[in-house]
Amino acid sequence: MATLATERPTTELDDFREEVRTFLAENFPPSLKGKDNAMSAVEGPTQETPEQAAWRKAMGAKGWGVPTWPKQYGGGGLNREQAKVLAEEMARAGAWNPIGGMGVMMFGPTLLEYGSEAQKQEHIPPIARGEIRWCQGYSEPNAGSDLANLQTFAEDRGDHYLVNGQKTWTSGGQWADKCFCLVRTDKTQKQGGITFLLMDMDAPGVEVKPIRMISGMSPFCETFFTDVKVPKENRVGEEGQGWTIGKRLLQHERTNLSGGGSAFRTAGVSLADIAKKYVGVDEQGRVADPDLRARIAKWEMDWRVFQLTAMRVMAESKAVGGVSEVSSILKTVGTKLGQERAELTIEIQGLQGLGWEGEGFSEAELTGVRAWLFGKATTIYGGSTEVQNNVIAKRILGMLDHQ
Amino acid sequence: MAVLTDEQTMLRDMAREWASNESPVTAWRKVRDANEAAGFDPAAFGTMAEMGWTGIIIPEAHGGSDFGWLSLGLVIEELGKTMTASPLAASAVAASAILLGGSDEQKSAYLPRIANGELVATLAVDEGGRHDPGKIAASVSGGKLSGEKAFVAEGDSAGLFVVAASDGLYLVEAGEGVSVSRRHLADFRSHAAVSFDGAPAAKLEAGGERLLDAVLDRAAVLAAAEMLGMAGQSFDTTLAYLKQRVQFGQVLATFQALQHRMANLFSEIELMRSAVEAGLAAIDRGGDTRAAASLAKAKANEVGHLMSRELIQLHGGIGMTDEYDAGFYLKRMRVVEQMWGNAAYHRERFARLSGF
Repeated sequence: MATLATERPTTELDDFREEVRTFLAENFPPSLKGKDNAMSAVEGPTQETPEQAAWRKAMGAKGWGVPTWPKQYGGGGLNREQAKVLAEEMARAGAWNPIGGMGVMMFGPTLLEYGSEAQKQEHIPPIARGEIRWCQGYSEPNAGSDLANLQTFAEDRGDHYLVNGQKTWTSGGQWADKCFCLVRTDKTQKQGGITFLLMDMDAPGVEVKPIRMISGMSPFCETFFTDVKVPKENRVGEEGQGWTIGKRLLQHERTNLSGGGSAFRTAGVSLADIAKKYVGVDEQGRVADPDLRARIAKWEMDWRVFQLTAMRVMAESKAVGGVSEVSSILKTVGTKLGQERAELTIEIQGLQGLGWEGEGFSEAELTGVRAWLFGKATTIYGGSTEVQNNVIAKRILGMLDHQ
Repeated sequence: MAVLTDEQTMLRDMAREWASNESPVTAWRKVRDANEAAGFDPAAFGTMAEMGWTGIIIPEAHGGSDFGWLSLGLVIEELGKTMTASPLAASAVAASAILLGGSDEQKSAYLPRIANGELVATLAVDEGGRHDPGKIAASVSGGKLSGEKAFVAEGDSAGLFVVAASDGLYLVEAGEGVSVSRRHLADFRSHAAVSFDGAPAAKLEAGGERLLDAVLDRAAVLAAAEMLGMAGQSFDTTLAYLKQRVQFGQVLATFQALQHRMANLFSEIELMRSAVEAGLAAIDRGGDTRAAASLAKAKANEVGHLMSRELIQLHGGIGMTDEYDAGFYLKRMRVVEQMWGNAAYHRERFARLSGF
């Protein structure tokens, strides 16, 4: 595989590495190692300790939470090599990125592409500082996989829109400050009648109800809009351009979701190690149950092949300067493997791996159960596996609809 | 597709063009119909040698181009697409044994002749129908090798055998003490029973304890590259068929049940490609290639198997006819699947290497 030559002199990159090390030494207390709040992506600053807040502010001031975003909007303004150095040094120090969530992963990149100068000036810097939490107003009760069927209506009232309707599966809606929203401005055309609006979650007429899920958690909400006034300057792009902008945003979403849930990647414990603990080993030190052992091996191999594919997609995208068509399979494959791992873990642990709460279960066992249940969402949200298969069949393979 | 160098892209394009123009499946059909033990067209193999493909993994000092395994894999994949039969892979694997384990004299004696295509060489390890390198009865005493080797690929045309004996790998030339008889498998390629009865044998002394493993890794990964070519072609053929076959007044490609099966196959073949290319790249990098090779062959076996079955099913009755080419791919795929370890073998090997 060809390696790209670095464009900048090595010495300059070395200076930057030194700058990063100094910054980390001064701002990332070792006590914060591993203290990344797993929910911070949706909750944002809600639950953070003073120490975590200080770390977020330090990173926000540098713009290094969004290292490659332009400097004039509060980003790090780093080139690819510098961003790599930053990631390497952060990993070395055990430092985590305190700035994330939908603003960073999805909305920010989309607004940088489609927003007006005023919108970028207003919205990007607070995202870069990790101060504002965004949520996504896309799905509706009758617009899930068929998203373009959305009915939430924005009526033109001269200088503003009057929005009425209901959104659902609003991730982190109860903590969010703002919402990027797909609404209908024209009832006569499906995709072409959709517009991209930015709304304040504390505006009069916005009501949020958390939905209790099978995992016992409530990471999603129903969001109701009743006569909500939205100024026209909060429209991104033109009326009717919302579908195009909204789909671009989904590409960012799918790229981020393809890991199939990052929880088990960072755990660093192999299925075989878990199995040796719960199932025991034979006289040769192998997982005692040969059938389980064979399926663990198969899972680990499939996971390795998936990782190789993700790396290949990155290398190809870099080489051709665009998105590789193979990227379309990463979400379906990654999420399926994530679910399979959770199921295998339960099989390994038996009833001990199905504890809901209380005494007699380890933290890892209890978290595993909730993750197993929450993980069922991964093949449904962000374009279900079935929708992804439609996309692959139609866009890549050129298989058409019934004529 | 891995990110290729300009030279690799040129080589791949040349192989693709040659295979589709000069060696399409109709060429294989003629070889198949001729039904000879060697199972390939010597003229076509001669052209491959002229184009330098027989020397791709052989160093320039020994008459090759030293282009590496990813490059050879690209060629093997392209040839797999059109069912082009040749001893290219077998000779390369045997050459790698000499490169890794041979003395300077052995390298000089054989590598230039393999590189120019004059000598067909092959690896003889298994003594039964199931790949089992841990079970080798062939033995050497006083420089003479005796034992039975089963289903030796290209054994019918080989002039040199790299033979696994109980204490290592040996070079045995065809002739004295060597008798070869054809084993006619469903793929109509060369698989020979080779009997060694006091055949003069020269040991490959270098390469250490892992020599056989390293050579088998190369054999497995090249087999996986051939399977990748066959699977890709089977997919393309099936997709084209679904787009033109009309039933119930609709082109089959418009049925969602078939669309999702094709989307799944597309994904699987892309995953297979990652595993195969990573296997080839691991050999080029050097060092321990065992896990990468087992990953490549296991995944290739799984996906190749699935694709060859779907190839027939999605074609319906026409895929069952000898006049159509689908059967060639099914039969060859299943043979290569068994060669150098099936999926269960490589999953077990991977598990052992990983300490599961």
